Amino acid sequence: MRKLVADKVAAIQPSGIRKFFDIVSEMDDVISLGVGEPDFDTPWHIRDEGIYSLEKGRTYYTSNAGLLELRQEISKYVQNKYKVSYDPKSEILVTVGGSEAIDLSMRAMLEPGDEVLIPQPSFVAYEPCAVMADGVAKFIDLKAENEFRLTADDLRAAITDRTKILVMPFPNNPTGSIMPRKELEEIAQVVIENDLIVVSDEIYAELTYYDEPHVSIASLPGMKERTLLLNGFSKTFAMTGWRLGYACGPAELIKQMTKLHQFGIMSAPTTSQYAAIEALRNGESAVQEMREAYNGRRRYLMHAFREMGLECFEPFGAFYVFPSIKEFGLTSEEFAERLLREEHVAVIPGSAFGKCGEGYIRISYAYSLENLKLAMSHLQNFIEKLRREKHS
Amino acid sequence: MRKQILSYLEKNSKMDSKEIAILLGTEPDVVENEIRKMEEEKIICGYHTMIDWDKTSSEMVTALIEVRVTPQRGQGFDSIAERIYKYPEVRSVYLISGGYDLMVILEGKTLKEVSQFVTDKLSTLDSVLSTATHFILKKYKDHGTIFDQKIKDERMLVTP
Repeated sequence: MRKLVADKVAAIQPSGIRKFFDIVSEMDDVISLGVGEPDFDTPWHIRDEGIYSLEKGRTYYTSNAGLLELRQEISKYVQNKYKVSYDPKSEILVTVGGSEAIDLSMRAMLEPGDEVLIPQPSFVAYEPCAVMADGVAKFIDLKAENEFRLTADDLRAAITDRTKILVMPFPNNPTGSIMPRKELEEIAQVVIENDLIVVSDEIYAELTYYDEPHVSIASLPGMKERTLLLNGFSKTFAMTGWRLGYACGPAELIKQMTKLHQFGIMSAPTTSQYAAIEALRNGESAVQEMREAYNGRRRYLMHAFREMGLECFEPFGAFYVFPSIKEFGLTSEEFAERLLREEHVAVIPGSAFGKCGEGYIRISYAYSLENLKLAMSHLQNFIEKLRREKHS
Repeated sequence: MRKQILSYLEKNSKMDSKEIAILLGTEPDVVENEIRKMEEEKIICGYHTMIDWDKTSSEMVTALIEVRVTPQRGQGFDSIAERIYKYPEVRSVYLISGGYDLMVILEGKTLKEVSQFVTDKLSTLDSVLSTATHFILKKYKDHGTIFDQKIKDERMLVTP
């Protein structure tokens, strides 16, 4: 019989998280810290708009690029928050989550053999999307001593004459690292000097806990025309299941991405689009409240790590912390698996987010404080046990 | 700072100042100090417990009473409100805009006890023109807390 599956696809490694999921799902009463989505329900006024749109019978396709009304709101929101202006008619595409936008961006831009620079540890989708678009994924190892920020030197060292795209995954999943303005300006300079295009995945932009609000690389001088800005509703408005994201960028690129989106997807879910309009118009106070709750939990975890003597840089974004487990002499997979089996606490091994995540674990604080406290007492038992083992 | 302290305490008055300090990234002394000052200024007026009495064996009846009154010269509604809120069985008294003047929330052990209070004490007050009593049949949500809410995490256990 003919081979069913293409080699290119079969060669893609399944996500390390998937493997871990299989172990977790066999167990009962797991205290999970492994989730990459908000614990809040979508704010009621947003859900209500979705329901209302269904009641009104808005159950049809929208235009391929998304409801114009939504694109207009996105345009206003992005202008207001990140100081970049995009034309709703030609420079914005509404996608099925940020993930679709990542995929489309690679497919729309890459020629076979073009190189995509992916700073790691980072979200698991960039590499497979680049590879499926016939690109070549090249990794830049982010370092704990730089608080997992991308430095201009590390970027320069990774550029070749085939480099086309730089992925900027900040605020970062899994490290929680952010790129403040100064560091971002240094990156922008290298990008311009080397004529690169930036795919800036800013899905966590509204979840930062730093002195200054999130800065988008697209807002820096000379960057708008060479940046594709990706964002979405999942993390900011706790809307993961609605599957809605967007891409903003040069009209020429958005046009081609819209074409791919048209053939692959048609249009993003209509109900979600109506709900998203409400989110952008009236969601700010709910976001503020969620951000404050995350920030309290983040501080609590940092405090708990200090008390247990667990090394961790202070992250200022997303809802993850990324402590080092190097002192225990286990790989992050071994650590995570033993923590799960012995203390029933699920965390994600750092290595699931790239080789250089080895020696770290990702802990999500998209959980109630009570849940985090319980998990931290188990984690403390576990690391005390590991320390005893080591010394006996 | 004050607003954040209040928002934690409003949800959980048992939270101690050490814990609040961790969550706000400050020192316990600072939080303690602010709380003490807010107690003195009567911004914080008490620390109560939310109880779903329906789940206990004690009988408890709550009524909302709309009261129309004649305001008194020089004192408006204040003195009549005071006469009403001094009764210990009165839980809350609000001055309301619209069709009536005072909203009185009353708790008693039985329907009879509540009706007796209304007929004997409340409606006989000089400035009270009329009352309308509504008994509460079921409390779904009170002080932002949903009673009987089952909190179950329906997310998958691990996701990227």
